[in-house]
Amino acid sequence: MKGDKKRRNKGPLAREAQITGWLFISPMVLGFTLLLLFPMGLALYMSLTDWPLLGEHHFTGLDNYRGILADDLFWKVFGNTAYFTVGLVPLNIILALLLALLLSKKLPGIGLFRTAIFVPVMTSLIVWAIVWKYMFATDSGLINQMLQLIGIKGPAWLYDTKLAMPAVIVTSVLKNVGLNMVLFIAALQQVPRSLYEAAELDGAGKTRTFFNVTLPMITPTVFLTVVMTVIGSLKVFGQIYVMTQGGPSESTKVLVYYIWEKAFKLYDLGYASSAAFVLFFVVLALTLVQWQLRKRWVFNESD
Amino acid sequence: MKATSPPSLRKSLGNIGTYAALVLVSLVMLVPFLWMISTSFKEPQDIFKYPPRFIPKSFNFHNYVEVFDRIPFGSFYVNSVYIAFVVVIGTAFFASLAGYSFARIPFAGRNIVFLILLSAMMIPHEVTAIPMFLFMRELGWIDTHWPLVLLPIFGAGGVFGIFVMRQFFISIPKELEEAAMIDGCSRFRIYGQIMLPIAKPGIATLTIFTFVTNWNEFFDPLIFINTRSLMTLPLGLSLFTDEVGTAWHYLMSATVMATVPLLIVFFFAQRQFIEGVAMTGLKE
Repeated sequence: MKGDKKRRNKGPLAREAQITGWLFISPMVLGFTLLLLFPMGLALYMSLTDWPLLGEHHFTGLDNYRGILADDLFWKVFGNTAYFTVGLVPLNIILALLLALLLSKKLPGIGLFRTAIFVPVMTSLIVWAIVWKYMFATDSGLINQMLQLIGIKGPAWLYDTKLAMPAVIVTSVLKNVGLNMVLFIAALQQVPRSLYEAAELDGAGKTRTFFNVTLPMITPTVFLTVVMTVIGSLKVFGQIYVMTQGGPSESTKVLVYYIWEKAFKLYDLGYASSAAFVLFFVVLALTLVQWQLRKRWVFNESD
Repeated sequence: MKATSPPSLRKSLGNIGTYAALVLVSLVMLVPFLWMISTSFKEPQDIFKYPPRFIPKSFNFHNYVEVFDRIPFGSFYVNSVYIAFVVVIGTAFFASLAGYSFARIPFAGRNIVFLILLSAMMIPHEVTAIPMFLFMRELGWIDTHWPLVLLPIFGAGGVFGIFVMRQFFISIPKELEEAAMIDGCSRFRIYGQIMLPIAKPGIATLTIFTFVTNWNEFFDPLIFINTRSLMTLPLGLSLFTDEVGTAWHYLMSATVMATVPLLIVFFFAQRQFIEGVAMTGLKE
């Protein structure tokens, strides 16, 4: 800030900086204002109206929000989203961390495994979901055919209200675990060697070293990853759309599917906007928590 | 250096355990791909055959040909490729220009504008998609590729690009630029002829990121596109899934063709990509 002030008094060069600086960011700022900020404001207003696809809209105040809170389907959807998140996040984080620890060992050929586990991250979510829909297919699916080999008659995974969500969760964990794994590998590499040497000199075992040295050192990354994964889970859509279409009997209908259906199938745009804002508030709260905690960590590090 | 512990049985057992665990997980990751490829060559009647065969009895390429008759697969492909291409170029240009400005040009309000841009990144896309639909309808752009090109370049993807490029430009020594300025170079020339060439690794990371995100984008095409011939691969494939039901041999040949180019790109740019993910993820 101080630096800015000093430069500002430098005359023609500083004026040139003002103009060029703004000129260079102007396409982005203009696009951003039109395509993000303006829609954000309009969405907030729409959430307070009964906006239909065609025709006039009326201001209805908080009616939509009241409607949502009274909607049994919304709560079911909210519960499903929570189920998906609670099922996916611990599984994803723990598996990613375990894999990162294994892949941090200096063993020959280890890079191949890293590649293999990362490949699904690169694959289109829709393709991955289509392939897994096939894997879970009742008669022709590989999973049930393998089960048959050992004499078990496999269930109709995606058509069972109890099994559909776990199947979607497994599909999603396998899709994205490689991403968190890579973040953890990078974090593990940042832990100073000297700490491990000190721990070894102190006679700490592997488990103690992990919990007392490794884990505290990578906590910021773990936390960041958890928050990002939670936010991603709250927005799950594509795999649900492909694998179950929210069924059977709404057992996999999640928040974004509900929003999409309200907006683009039932054309209740006002109501859908308010449901979208519920999602926004949850994401906002999570992000703020993350910022607060990161500030604290940064402070501690510089102490 | 202190004495290393003697090569113990425990250690080699541990390594075997490590390999076993990694092989198992890698198999779970790769089997779906192998199964996908295998099915794409099978005759329809062999799909339901038990026990499952990974190596088909004979390799039939006709699924690959027939799938083009069932759906406008060629159009999906062309649409996906050219949209991704335009978005990548657009993002690389506008985001690096803005990123350079935020990193190096001291103009009034740059910190606050940057902060606003960054905080907008957490706005869920689903919130703005609904008004955007109305906006695009006003412009007559529903069922065109305009929203699919403009939204990623100037939306959250573009903001992410600015962030990545700013980080990159900040790390380049100032002296280079100052010398050029004394020589009377314009800022745009400094950006284009000095900074951009140095920032190639950053651009590469951003390009791969943008390409993958865009190639896989599903929600926007689902909302904005109705006409088949205008659909992108993910949308076209999801529609095809609903239509053909259990004609997995067609579906799998389509998914193979949709996946292979991306995997080829990945194997060539693997190192850059994985390290790029780690870098941007950690510095965020």
